[in-house]
Amino acid sequence: MNIATILDMAAEAFGERTAVVSGATRMSYAELRAAAQRVAGAIRASQAAYAALLDVNSPAAPVAIFAAAYAGVPYVPLNYRLTQAEINALVERIAPAYLVTSTDYRALLEPRADIQVVDRAEFLDLPQSLAEGLPEPGDDPRAVAVQLFTSGTTGKPKAAILRHENLMSYIVGTVEFGAAEEDDAILVTVPPYHIAGISSVLSSTYACRRMVQLDGFDARTWLQACRGENVSNAFLVPTMLARIVDHLSEQGEGAALPALRAIAYGGGKMPLSAIQRAMSLFPRVDFTNAYGLTETSSTVAVLGPDEHRAAAASADPLVRKRLSSVGRPTGAVEIAIRDEDGKLLTANQPGLVFVRGSQVSGEYLALGSALDADGWFSTRDRGYLDEEGFLFLEGRADDVIVRGGENISPGEIEDVLLSHPAVADAAVVAVPDEQWGEGVGAAVVLKENAQASVAELQDLVKQRLRSSRVPQAIVFRESLPYNELGKVLRRVIRQEFAESVKV
Amino acid sequence: MAVALKAGAKLKSAVCDTQLMVVKAPAGEYDIRCGGVEMLAGTATAPEGAQLDPAYAAGTLIGKRYVDPEEKVELLCTKAGQGSLALNGVAMDIKQAKQLPSSD
Repeated sequence: MNIATILDMAAEAFGERTAVVSGATRMSYAELRAAAQRVAGAIRASQAAYAALLDVNSPAAPVAIFAAAYAGVPYVPLNYRLTQAEINALVERIAPAYLVTSTDYRALLEPRADIQVVDRAEFLDLPQSLAEGLPEPGDDPRAVAVQLFTSGTTGKPKAAILRHENLMSYIVGTVEFGAAEEDDAILVTVPPYHIAGISSVLSSTYACRRMVQLDGFDARTWLQACRGENVSNAFLVPTMLARIVDHLSEQGEGAALPALRAIAYGGGKMPLSAIQRAMSLFPRVDFTNAYGLTETSSTVAVLGPDEHRAAAASADPLVRKRLSSVGRPTGAVEIAIRDEDGKLLTANQPGLVFVRGSQVSGEYLALGSALDADGWFSTRDRGYLDEEGFLFLEGRADDVIVRGGENISPGEIEDVLLSHPAVADAAVVAVPDEQWGEGVGAAVVLKENAQASVAELQDLVKQRLRSSRVPQAIVFRESLPYNELGKVLRRVIRQEFAESVKV
Repeated sequence: MAVALKAGAKLKSAVCDTQLMVVKAPAGEYDIRCGGVEMLAGTATAPEGAQLDPAYAAGTLIGKRYVDPEEKVELLCTKAGQGSLALNGVAMDIKQAKQLPSSD
């Protein structure tokens, strides 16, 4: 079992079809395979133990993923947004390695004898002779296909490993081979070092879908690329979708994307108001919410287009609520909710989310497997399943506010705050409280020229939820701190609250 | 001769271009044939004079998953060919695709 089979099959069945478009560069599936095999020859000749990428999205990313598989070494995409010291510390951990990069990032690398650095342009244009005599790719299902350094908030980043069997199980279990129509194209804006960037390449290749790459994101460029390449599918993190919706509203222009059929989103919590606005702006587009983690080889639950529409149109509040769920398990995995002691919980009881299935790796280099004896992986996300198996997430276990023994999830309070017409953004965190241990704090961003008082917002939460949910402290900020993928940095806000209490 | 089917293992037809990858199979020995002739594992080569049996010539399709009636054994066709598949003497069927929306 080897993910190289995915590209072999695409090149065999749809070799002439365009695989990747990036600016003026276009590659067919046959060309993608030829390029990956040339690079595989170069990797083997270099005797590298890893093939690494330190670069923005470009055709080099799919080439490197498959080249590593043909060569039988793990693929390691590195986060180019890290500091120079952090990047070099990670590079040291993968030596000896074959590393592709571009001019901007090359300057960050400390030269090392055990790292062969190759420029992207050269990488994509290696001599054909390198592919000659390349042995058949290995078929050990336990071999490591991808190694991703997780962005831990403290300590050394952990190296999550995904084996060929994990990724193949994910692809074969969730994608139908050659499912894309001839003209389909997916616009990819997630960076290559993110699990969604990797699963996107594998899924698109298996579906034989054209991948249109952007090396960064802004709403205007995204819309231009959609129109210019007749994009049919897109994957976005919630903040990207919100920015596209804002941009279109500001410009007063209609979406004008006749080819766009489907938008999938994931990688963070989508505010209810944002998905509702997006659905009304793109009434003919199919929306899919995907929930997954690095350690689960990407998607484990989806809320599909029909479920979006049914929820939005329903008069039943329990069905309407599903618009803020992440849907149901894909069928390739099982999902269970357990309490802190590991006891299985029933419908509507919130606890920790566990996932099991052959795509779930739950494994870190040198730390071993985080799976329990029965193969279950604790996501460290809190949530519950409703009677029909829809999964509702309540945030990271570490973000839950424990007020006098009561678990309070920040998400439901944020949703209420965001429903206020003056509120542009909100994040709810735990604040130190002498009486209750922890209390509720909220950082709120107001819309331009809009007003809302602390008392008014507290009243709103009290009416919609209950008094224990009312933020005892509310601060107004110009903006909230986010990471580059649009995840709000709660620990930064928490720290600010903690420090303001100390003073 | 019956063979064990290990997840991830590759099988080649002895009489056509068909190639398969084992997606899942419970432990045990299986008689897996393509075009009526036992399939080849690893680097094994076709026996001399092996020929496609016209009774097993409906063909395989790339990307399709082939299953036994109980769906315990699942084989992915990674390369199409003229032969058709039989497991322990029973023709294998194409597993119906479940329509999942594209999520990435």
